Amino acid sequence: MKPLQPVAPGRRIALGVAFFVVFVGLWAAATLGGFVSKTFLADPLSMLRSGWELLARQGFAHDIGMTMWRVLGGFAIAALLALPLGVAMGAYKPVEAFFEPFVSFARYLPASAFIPLLILWAGIGEAQKLAVIFLGSFFQLVLMIAVSVGQVRRDLVEAAYTLGARDWGIVRRVLIPASAPSIAETLRLVLGWAWTYVIVAELIGASSGIGHMITDSQALLATDQIIFGIITIGVIGLVSDLGFKRLNRRLFRWASL
Amino acid sequence: MSRLSIRGVARSFPGLHGAAPVPALQPTDLEVADNDFITVLGPSGCGKSTLLRIVAGLDVPTSGEVRLDGAPVHGPGADRGMVFQSYTLFPWLTVLQNVCFGLREQGLPEAQQREIAARYLHEVGLAGFESHYPKQLSGGMQQRVALARALANDPKILLLDEPFGALDHQTRALMQELLLSVWGQHRKTVLFVTHDIDEAIFMGNRCVVFSARPGRIKREFAIDLPYPRHYTVKTTARFSELKAQVTEDIRAESLKAALSQP
Repeated sequence: MKPLQPVAPGRRIALGVAFFVVFVGLWAAATLGGFVSKTFLADPLSMLRSGWELLARQGFAHDIGMTMWRVLGGFAIAALLALPLGVAMGAYKPVEAFFEPFVSFARYLPASAFIPLLILWAGIGEAQKLAVIFLGSFFQLVLMIAVSVGQVRRDLVEAAYTLGARDWGIVRRVLIPASAPSIAETLRLVLGWAWTYVIVAELIGASSGIGHMITDSQALLATDQIIFGIITIGVIGLVSDLGFKRLNRRLFRWASL
Repeated sequence: MSRLSIRGVARSFPGLHGAAPVPALQPTDLEVADNDFITVLGPSGCGKSTLLRIVAGLDVPTSGEVRLDGAPVHGPGADRGMVFQSYTLFPWLTVLQNVCFGLREQGLPEAQQREIAARYLHEVGLAGFESHYPKQLSGGMQQRVALARALANDPKILLLDEPFGALDHQTRALMQELLLSVWGQHRKTVLFVTHDIDEAIFMGNRCVVFSARPGRIKREFAIDLPYPRHYTVKTTARFSELKAQVTEDIRAESLKAALSQP
């Protein structure tokens, strides 16, 4: 091993998978070996068994679907509103000066702490779940998009001016395309965070969703089901992240040349 | 009447923490005639790039004014094409789309854009690279595309800010000849900033030497070498003679610049 020396693609995947194997191995040794009580931590085999049970008999697929739609719905609304505002803030400094202090403040307000208020305002239906995701991701998105747009190379902007571009042309034909790859990267990152908010939202006042299943299992001390729920979230997160990465690389091939 | 006239243009930058403003460019006058190829030569930090940026409209003079064909310059515009020292091709556009950038901004129909772009790409020797992305090209090729992109707009004047500064010596020499041949064909008015004495003499019909910071025009040389210039010009007696004169002038300024650096 030498610092910064690249690793071959096949080896990279093998190493990545190896740690999962080590992790599950340690878990299996601790639980199946009898070092940890079943009450506190289920073993991998009973986790898989109850996972199958959940999917086949208790309609867990519906919960997964509900959770996914909440994440995607809340995130899509946040992204649709954050994009124009973030671009406007990045491009026009007075707009940034107007919104930036408030957005920086709002970003530190924990979305989960709003849940009681949101229940009061929006009830315990879907609107409340979407609102939690929205609050959790909107302000982060706005700030990060504004930074991406603001960081576009000045010399590219100047070159466009000398080619006859006007202000709107600079925004549309330079700032937006130049920052698009890093905006897409921001969306990918914040979508990951949205997953953590949705579960919190579902822990309180929900009648479906992965988070709801986890609270139900807590009452039954079904640690195997809880772990299966958590792992399901992890797997969905990993798959969507890989998909997003791949999509970004395809959309912005020029950025990785 | 001269095409470009720079009258009393000066620029100072505001001092830090309320200190006195720092002068970068002393009041400068320069009259540029049609078809002039003026090289602006000076030590680094002498304000020669600032002058070029003011002509481009990317910077605003503290006093004085720039007129192009009699009309005062306010802000950048397509009538003054510019090639920068840094590589400023838009990395998300192909070579062809880069050259079409200004034409599209003018609202030309796409077929016409392509036709014009293809012509200039051919002129800079890059026909066949239309669908490449800038990052797939070498530095010299990128600057050739940048030149084609600036020329495609058919500007009244071409502003070049050390466009070959980042290139290796051999590529640089080839680019100089290429630019001269393009200039010979289009007879554009050119303002070319450089710190390379050979380049300044080889390229221009007039060479303006700047003093150390805060810059002013110290002296102007008429470069009477006949065009078209072949690279062998660089080994002629007249070239050496001019170079000796210019070197003498610029050396004194470079020394001043080097000694006054904080």
